Amino acid sequence: MTTALAHSPAAALDFVPGAPPPATLRADIWRGIAAENPVLVQMLGMCPTMAVTNVLANGIAMGVATTFVLVGSGLFVSLLRKYIAHEVRITSYILIIATFVTLADLLLAASFPEISKALGPFIPLIVANCLLLGRAEAFAAKVGPVRAVADGMGMGIGFTLSLAAMSAIRELLGRGSLLGFDILGPRWEPWVFMVLPAGGFFTLGLLLITAAWIDELRRRRRALEAK
Amino acid sequence: MSNLAWIFVSTLLVNNFTLVMFLGLCSFFGVTAKIETAWRLGLANTFVLIITAVSAWILNTYILTRTPYLRTIAFIVVIASAVQIVEMAVKKYLPVLFRQLGIYLPLITTNCAILGLALFQTSRRYNFVEGLVFALGAGFGLTLALSLLASIRERMEVADVPVIARRMGLVLVAASCLSLAFMGFAGMGSQ
Repeated sequence: MTTALAHSPAAALDFVPGAPPPATLRADIWRGIAAENPVLVQMLGMCPTMAVTNVLANGIAMGVATTFVLVGSGLFVSLLRKYIAHEVRITSYILIIATFVTLADLLLAASFPEISKALGPFIPLIVANCLLLGRAEAFAAKVGPVRAVADGMGMGIGFTLSLAAMSAIRELLGRGSLLGFDILGPRWEPWVFMVLPAGGFFTLGLLLITAAWIDELRRRRRALEAK
Repeated sequence: MSNLAWIFVSTLLVNNFTLVMFLGLCSFFGVTAKIETAWRLGLANTFVLIITAVSAWILNTYILTRTPYLRTIAFIVVIASAVQIVEMAVKKYLPVLFRQLGIYLPLITTNCAILGLALFQTSRRYNFVEGLVFALGAGFGLTLALSLLASIRERMEVADVPVIARRMGLVLVAASCLSLAFMGFAGMGSQ
C-alpha cells in the first residue's frame, strides 16, 4: 500500500525522506538570516568569509555573487529533483552550481572588472563553497521551486550580511575607511593587523565569542525570570 | 632549479594555503580536533593535490585552450572523477590505507584547496614540473597547518576557558595567532 502510494506522483511530493517541515515563505527566508545563519551559526563557506573581507566592497560583491548562485542553483536543483538519479545527485548538483558560478564570474567581469580582479580566483571558488552543496542536498532537492528560491534568498542574505559585518569591521579598523571613504580621519593610525589574513580569523573569532556572550546573557536573564 | 625550490618554499610557508591564502578552511576547522586524523587528512590531500595538478595541466594544455569559459566546470568535474577513481583504486589495492582515511578521501572533492590549486596553477602559467612542485608544497603546507592547529586544540581541551569562548571562538583566535606567526615568513621574498 505504502509503496503504491510512494510511486504515485502526487504522493511522491509528500514522501521525500528527511524533507524540511512545511513553513511559510517568510519563515523560509528568515531562517537563513538569523537562526541558521551560514557563517555565524553553521560555520559554512569559511574560505570566502575570511579571504575577501578585508574591504567592504569586496565582501558585499562576494555576498551578492554567492546569493545569485544560491538562488539559481536552488531553483534548478528543485525543478530537476525528480529526474536526477540518487547515485549521481552530488555530481549533478555540482554541475548545476558550476554553471551558475561561471555565469556569475562572467557577469562580474563584464560589469565590474575592478572588483572581479580584486576577488580573482575566489569567484570560481564559489563552486567549492560547502554552503551551496549543503543547501542543494539538504533543502532544494526536497522541496518545490518556490520554497527553494526563498531558502536560497534567505541564506544568501544571511551570508551577505555576515560578510558585510566582517568586512566593515576589518576595513574600518584596518584602513580607517568604509567603501573607500575616509571615516576615522587622518589622525587614525590604521591597524594593519586587521587587513592581514590573521585579522580575518581574529575578527570572526571575536564575532563568535560576542554572539555566544549575548546568548549566555539571555540564558541567564531567562533563568532569573524563571525563579 | 632555484625557481622550483622557491615555488616549494613559497607555497609551504610564505603563502601557506590554509593560513595565508584561506583555502581548505572547512577541513582546517572540521577535522583538527585530533592530531592523528589531522595529519592523515593532510597527506590524503597532498595525494589528491598532485593528481589535480597533473589533470589541470592536461586540461589547460590540450583541451581548454579554445574554451576558457568552461574552466570552472571542467576542473570540478575532472577533480570529482579523479577523486572517485583514486578512492576505488585505493580501496582495491591498499585496503589498510583506505580504512585509515575513511570518509576523508571522498570529502576532499569539496575542499577548496584542490580547486584553488588548479586555478592558481592556471593563472600563474606553471609548466608540468612547476605544477607538481606547487602541488607538493601546497600539500605539505596543508599538512603542517592541520597538524599545528590540531596539537594546539588538543592542549586547549584541558585548559580552563570561559564558557562563551569554549566552542569555535577560541579555535579561531588560536588560528589567528598561528597565521600571524606565518606572516613572519613574508619577509623571505615577494612573488
